[in-house]
Amino acid sequence: MSPQLLLDGVLLGSTIGLGAIGLTLTYAILGFGNFAHGELMSWGAYLALPIAALVSGILVAEPLGALSFGWPLVAAALIAMALTGALAFALDWILFSRLRRRGGTMTPVIASFGASLALRNLIQFVFGPQPAYYSRDLQIAMPFGPFRVTPDQIVVLAVTAALVIGVHLLLSRTHLGRAMRATAENPQLAQIAGIDIAGVVRNVWLIGGALAAAAGVLVGVTVQLSPGMGFDLLLPLFAAVILGGIGSAPGAVIGGLVIGLAQAASGPLVGSEYRSAVAFLVLLAVLIVKPTGLFGGRS
Amino acid sequence: MLDLATYAVFFLVTALGFTLICLGLNLQWGFTGLFNAGVAGFVAIGAYVSAILTTPESAQHLGGFGVPIAIGWLGGAAAAALTAAIVGVATLRLRSDYLAITTFGIAASLLAVAQNALRLTGGPFGIAFIPRTFAALSDRPALYDTVYLALMVALVGIVFVALERLVHGPWGRALKAIREDEMAAAALGKDPRRFRLEAFVMGSAIMGLAGAAEAHFVGFIAPDEFLPILTFQAWAMLIVGGSGNNRGAVLGSLVVWIAWSASGTIMRGLLPADLQVRGAALQIVLIGVLLAAMLVLRPRGLIGERTIVSRHITAERNGGVAAAPAADEPANS
Repeated sequence: MSPQLLLDGVLLGSTIGLGAIGLTLTYAILGFGNFAHGELMSWGAYLALPIAALVSGILVAEPLGALSFGWPLVAAALIAMALTGALAFALDWILFSRLRRRGGTMTPVIASFGASLALRNLIQFVFGPQPAYYSRDLQIAMPFGPFRVTPDQIVVLAVTAALVIGVHLLLSRTHLGRAMRATAENPQLAQIAGIDIAGVVRNVWLIGGALAAAAGVLVGVTVQLSPGMGFDLLLPLFAAVILGGIGSAPGAVIGGLVIGLAQAASGPLVGSEYRSAVAFLVLLAVLIVKPTGLFGGRS
Repeated sequence: MLDLATYAVFFLVTALGFTLICLGLNLQWGFTGLFNAGVAGFVAIGAYVSAILTTPESAQHLGGFGVPIAIGWLGGAAAAALTAAIVGVATLRLRSDYLAITTFGIAASLLAVAQNALRLTGGPFGIAFIPRTFAALSDRPALYDTVYLALMVALVGIVFVALERLVHGPWGRALKAIREDEMAAAALGKDPRRFRLEAFVMGSAIMGLAGAAEAHFVGFIAPDEFLPILTFQAWAMLIVGGSGNNRGAVLGSLVVWIAWSASGTIMRGLLPADLQVRGAALQIVLIGVLLAAMLVLRPRGLIGERTIVSRHITAERNGGVAAAPAADEPANS
């Protein structure tokens, strides 16, 4: 694989991994694959768009150094992360929690399917079907070792790495993180051990939604915004989650990197328009060879 | 007046295509508890395979096999069944939601093939000149549409009666037993994997048949007809009508298709041309909310499943309704 493809794969894979953390945690803790998770990425990206425009009236709108964006987008991304976390929690409160209470593992999946279409088309209704951009400035890729890379891409990689490390520390070092992992491992036992399940569920949606929003903004910075951006990443997200093992945050990140690299590497062979099919083939291979994933305990 | 009648017939043919899809989905979800998130993919396979088998040779796509239309339809259904068998063998042994993700993935991959494999599918231009089933009548559109409608009614009727006989027979009882308590059914010697695979393959074959029937009615197919929205429509129809009941599947497909078309017409009439695309998006939002609301407020749908074990046992017959919501699935499968 050429160095440039490697870089493309890592860039793509890191955003997939970042988005997949929330999916793998809700999957394990609530027991259903949320088909609306991709839309949280889109919503995060699209929420940051008008907020950045608003904020640029207050903060200095000048781009930061060689980057294509300035402080307004940074502030907008943080606000969008909070709002998307709240959106994810609201969705659970209105829809999924009611269906969970009634029992049955698949009904929330159908509901998330409906929610996904409604959320995606709401974006299309408000912003229109055409792609949008945070900045119209063109970025020149500069040589960086064997790669050619834009300043934005370096920031995206750094932010992703920081967030992944942050999530890792949260899950491994804090009480909340241990409670979340315990609930993912065995909800009944966790409840007996005195863990506040409702609190864990609330925090999982908030964190998962916020991380999805961050991933969405990063895709928006390096690629573009479009109403289908999250939905197009849904299959890679699921492939990353299952490859990494459901419930494992590091697994989701590694899974995301593998999927991203596979998609980038196969580009010259089959054409980038078959990206979704490549993710699907990886997924199918995992299901046939090791359905519990790399770091998953349960099947 | 004639225009209205033509529209009504065209409308009904399309609706009956959805009815077929919905009956297939009901066999998978309603009776077996299998979540198929890639309905559009199986419909697309049926349409494309039948079209490729029967269309005259063309430089735009694969074709020129000169197969009779009836064989094309069977080929479409068989191809959908084969795809389902491969997916089913790989995933039905795993936890139930893996099937949802895999079917979602296969539909996305098939859509990518339909859009990009120019030599095979004609890419975004689709496949044109698909031979129509009653070509001799093609110079009399009204008669053609009416005869095709009769064919669709007959097709839906045959599938409906066959499914009713199946699900109310020993095979269907075993299916329900597995859905309700897999362990108990297995202890009685019913192999859950075999029954699930059979139901999944059969349901997908019906979807493939629906795709072929629709393709030969219109005479043209393109990837845009097999977007994920098609899967979503089929699900909305089944949930609204009431899963686990074939009458519910038929009713739901007609009711939702009428609501969908009516809201589309109203939206087109009210909105200026530049807002049409956004209006179409709003239409999907409304149907999405309808599906979610239905799941929360009326999970059994308009006509839900009836808890008759056998028609020979009459004790529960009077007003016997499902104790658990029909859209739900037991926790242990």
